[in-house]
Amino acid sequence: MSDSTALKAKLGLDIFKPGGEPHIKIKPGMEKDPRLQQAINICPAGLYSTADKGGVVLNIDGCLECGTCRIACGTDVLEWSYPEGGTGVQFRFG
Amino acid sequence: MEKFDVIIAGAGLAGLAAAYTLAGNGLEVLVLERGDYPGAKNVTGGRLYVNPIRDLFQDLWDEAPLERFIVREGAVLMARNHSVSIGYAGNELRAEPHQSYSILRAKFDRWLAEQAEAKGAMLLTKVRVDEVIKEDEKIVGVLAGGDELRADVVIACDGVLSLVSEKAGLRTPGSPHDYAVGLKEVIALDPAVINDRFHLEGNEGAALLFIGEATRGLFGGGFLYTNKESISLGVVIGVQSLLEAGSAPDAPAMLDAFKQRPEIAPLIRGGTTLEYAAHVIPEGGYKALGPLYGNGMLVAGDAAGLALNIGFTVRGMEYALASGYYAAQAVLRASAARNFNSETLAIYKQFLEESFVLKDFKNFQETPAVLGNPRFINHYPELVGDLMGQIYRVPPGPKDRLYPTMRKVFTLTEMWSQLKDLRDVSKI
Ligand SMILES: Cc1cc2nc3c(=O)[nH]c(=O)nc-3n(C[C@H](O)[C@H](O)[C@H](O)COP(=O)(O)OP(=O)(O)OC[C@H]3O[C@@H](n4cnc5c(N)ncnc54)[C@H](O)[C@@H]3O)c2cc1C
Ligand code: SF4
Repeated sequence: MSDSTALKAKLGLDIFKPGGEPHIKIKPGMEKDPRLQQAINICPAGLYSTADKGGVVLNIDGCLECGTCRIACGTDVLEWSYPEGGTGVQFRFG
Repeated sequence: MEKFDVIIAGAGLAGLAAAYTLAGNGLEVLVLERGDYPGAKNVTGGRLYVNPIRDLFQDLWDEAPLERFIVREGAVLMARNHSVSIGYAGNELRAEPHQSYSILRAKFDRWLAEQAEAKGAMLLTKVRVDEVIKEDEKIVGVLAGGDELRADVVIACDGVLSLVSEKAGLRTPGSPHDYAVGLKEVIALDPAVINDRFHLEGNEGAALLFIGEATRGLFGGGFLYTNKESISLGVVIGVQSLLEAGSAPDAPAMLDAFKQRPEIAPLIRGGTTLEYAAHVIPEGGYKALGPLYGNGMLVAGDAAGLALNIGFTVRGMEYALASGYYAAQAVLRASAARNFNSETLAIYKQFLEESFVLKDFKNFQETPAVLGNPRFINHYPELVGDLMGQIYRVPPGPKDRLYPTMRKVFTLTEMWSQLKDLRDVSKI
């Protein structure tokens, strides 16, 4: 597993502009779907994790808008859109 | 309600190339970009090959904010306990015009947008295209930031997921087999240190590619490009391959492990990471290309799946720029005919077929299947590393003769498998 403190520090180097509603949501009732389980390892920002009561939770802060979770888990389990214009990650180098 | 000749969703390379070309031909173009500025959401490894697109944008190259021109190529087979490197340097790489450059997208895209605006294109940033407007089975505009905006034709240049062409009903969400994810750090380093470490002079640059342990044997590879004052370092991993690998290691850990490899660590020593980015890349090749056009819509760049994995490298930027250009040419034709239905816009596909874009995609259509062979990533680096290790070894006592040493590594079964692999490779 990646070191989550180090990953957070790395994400801390990026510029994020706050937005409104989370732009990616786990569809209600899908928290325990095995497809979501895969997001835990695959998300480059480490934003998916296992909840105490089982199932997967997503904390959207630090989302790189990379699209991996949409491709890997699919739209049956995720409600996925880009954040509103002018919010979210703003790369200075890319 | 406003009406434009053309609306372009996304100010990446494809969208800006289209806007530059269309505005240059006098059309009224609106580009909508969700980022704070063009490039704010865009990630690349960092290498642009100029030759195939030089003539499409003749006036651009002298002033373009390119980082370094690449004069040193390196390929590294990275095994668990060994690595074998091949370096290439050639005088032709030093000669002008240079064949390829490292670039950083936040700089490059912003500059390209200025060039498109100078030609008369209108750019609205911080605006996300939310929906497409369809009337009588034809796309007639978009909803963006609460406004209804209309145009004769909409070009979806919104990148790899292309939610815009999905909303238009042209494509469905992609499958993990056809995509990779790239994770990347930009690491600041003094230009003099870069030049010393990579044996460069002035603004020369180096490009290094790594296969094998860079991705822990998973389908993909690692890359390192030198920029003016920084290094772009990252890994690209097939999404399906990551899914099949199950739990450990996770994707971010893979980049960390790559950075700590003895082949990498000394190259970035003393550097400061400035930014961490990740982005999905289409790499299913010709067979996974999405629809290129519909009634009132064209699709260009990553949005159409126009990126190609040809072994060690992923190329998408030239295809994005060129497809944007040809989409613009198709629109110019359609506008002369005052007809924007899919039959008229189909000329776009013909333009791409006649150009290097679809010729490359056809020539390399077997690559994804051939490279999907796990032996290329998890076996050959080990095999070659092992062989070289034995060749270089001087044990206490006498050293084995070379031929028997080689035969120990290249057993009959191994050679038989290699012949089969070679037969596949011959399709590329
Ligand atoms: C790690 C990595 C390494 C790579 N290495 C290389 C390389 O070395 N060489 C190479 O040639 N290619 C490389 N590629 C591929 C290359 O970067 C892409 O093919 C290229 O960026 C595609 O350009 P594009 O214009 O089609 O899409 P993008 O650059 O993704 O642009 C899409 C634009 O649309 C905007 N957008 C999306 N949705 C909306 C919306 N709804 N409303 C408004 N705007 C929207 C985005 O903000 C973005 O600006 C690499 C990719 C990655 C991720
Ligand atoms: S888009 Fe990328 S960074 Fe954001 S949650 Fe999905 S996988 Fe993680």
